[in-house]
Amino acid sequence: MNTKITGKIIVVGDNIDTDQIYPGRFLAITDPKEIGSHCLCGVSEEIAPNFPKGGIVVAGRNFGCGSSREHAPIALLNMGASAVLADSFARIFFRNAVNLGLLPVICRGISRHVRDGQTLTVDLEEGTVTVQETGEVLPCEQLGDQAMKILEAGGIKPMMRVRFGKQ
Amino acid sequence: MHAIEKILAKNSGRTEVRTGEIVTAKVDFAEINDLYLQTVYSFYEMGGEKVWDNTRCAFVFDHYAPCPDIKSASNHREMREFAQKNNLKYHFDTNCGVCHQVMPEAGVIYPGMIVVATDSHTTTHGAFGAMGTGCGATDMATILMTGELWFRVPEIIEVRLEGEAPKGVYPKDVVLAVLGRIRADGAVYKAIDFTGSYVEKLNVAGRMTICNMAVEMGAKTAYMQPNQDVIDYVSKRAVRPFEIQHTDPGYRYAESYVFNVSELEPELACPSSVENVHPLSEVTANGPVKLDQGYIGSCTGGRTEDIAIAAKILKGKHIPAYTRLVVVPASRDVMLECMAKGYLQDLMDAGATITTPGCGACLGAHEGILAPGEVCITSTNRNFPGRMGSTEALMYLASPATVAASILNGVITDPRPYLD
Repeated sequence: MNTKITGKIIVVGDNIDTDQIYPGRFLAITDPKEIGSHCLCGVSEEIAPNFPKGGIVVAGRNFGCGSSREHAPIALLNMGASAVLADSFARIFFRNAVNLGLLPVICRGISRHVRDGQTLTVDLEEGTVTVQETGEVLPCEQLGDQAMKILEAGGIKPMMRVRFGKQ
Repeated sequence: MHAIEKILAKNSGRTEVRTGEIVTAKVDFAEINDLYLQTVYSFYEMGGEKVWDNTRCAFVFDHYAPCPDIKSASNHREMREFAQKNNLKYHFDTNCGVCHQVMPEAGVIYPGMIVVATDSHTTTHGAFGAMGTGCGATDMATILMTGELWFRVPEIIEVRLEGEAPKGVYPKDVVLAVLGRIRADGAVYKAIDFTGSYVEKLNVAGRMTICNMAVEMGAKTAYMQPNQDVIDYVSKRAVRPFEIQHTDPGYRYAESYVFNVSELEPELACPSSVENVHPLSEVTANGPVKLDQGYIGSCTGGRTEDIAIAAKILKGKHIPAYTRLVVVPASRDVMLECMAKGYLQDLMDAGATITTPGCGACLGAHEGILAPGEVCITSTNRNFPGRMGSTEALMYLASPATVAASILNGVITDPRPYLD
């Protein structure tokens, strides 16, 4: 797995709940691309159509609170996001993101140091986030062993396929 | 050890677990709701063939009950095919109600068990001394394949609720007051154990309301030591023998909060965050808050006790023109009981719209969606932007009594004068 990621960012606020990430009225949709097209539309309809491929979402505290809907990380991944950096994450969102290979990185105070359109480099091994435009380096938390094990396997699905002898 | 740790230890074949450890535990019951056809897709993507135990998992069709559109109907169809193919012992179709009400009624929830569901409000089952937690579709698919899931043993917070609730203060008001203090992320990755004299005397419905909203503080799970009401409830229904776990004397909680329930008043979570909690009197002191819709329902506030108090307040009266009250019984059993007791008749006479048991408009799927600019007072659990429809609608969370008194006047109203 790639432990160093660089991407352009968009910045959202505190307590971005799963209804803002992926509103209930779209929950019957199962096509991942279509799910991605509605990502974060509860914050702004403009985010998904303009999101840079491989981009990073930066948020305040408690990102992904609310529902257990896996549509939230599916939407983020299919919008083109490679990682979410936040002060903190809600628990079920965190698990779902790791399972699907979307990096949830805790970086306290990040949303107050950056603005839309800047480029960040996240180095998971070093535990740092670098703002390319300013050169500022912020510390981020390293992921736990269990999360790393799943991410290194490419997500929970490849991991289970190996366990069940399917590949 | 704490009772929750004992449950995790027992189900992971160990004598002891410690905070922060990762354990793989057996799941006693797994439930998939009808938002998560992805569970079936992930199951096959990972090489699943048959579920691990056809007596320990079930679908509950509650969010789209009955289906509002072709897409959700097609999803139900695929899920029914999966259930039939796996010969699942339990199946709860669109005629049953909200999963967190339906499962305890069916006896698949009992003390000392682990229940995992594709729904964040699975914390509800702490009301029965069970460990309930929500997960996503793919985690659920791994459970269906293996019968187990990995857990981090959580820190446990004590929320001690002491005293007796004054008139007009309901379990919903109590949990809103707790939420206002602990905040929306105060219990992330942690468990909440509700203790104290208020909890010891609390009935099953009230326990469910409080444990249900533990997830709004970010909690992984909630717990209440079962009392006689719980034992009576599960003894009549449980489909398996059960063992109540007890926390060891002297157990040290990660944090403790104490609330004196007798000092509380009716509370509101104001738009548009669950943690934006204020006493009702403080909100109305700033002038009348005009309402378009009242809503009574969901796994938080749609039980017989909730509908009964609304019926008591509204009996013989009528809501104002150009307002509406939507009442959604949490389950078929709740609806039948409310019908037999005359509550539904009283509410319909007062101008209420009664819909089929299920999640209804709580998550904005159907049956009571809000237009831009509308204001709703609701006994449900979330007032996030867009939760019940338009992101430009405003929602106040309140007890069913406050919802009933408020919609009766068309403005947010203290229920206490209506309870004599």
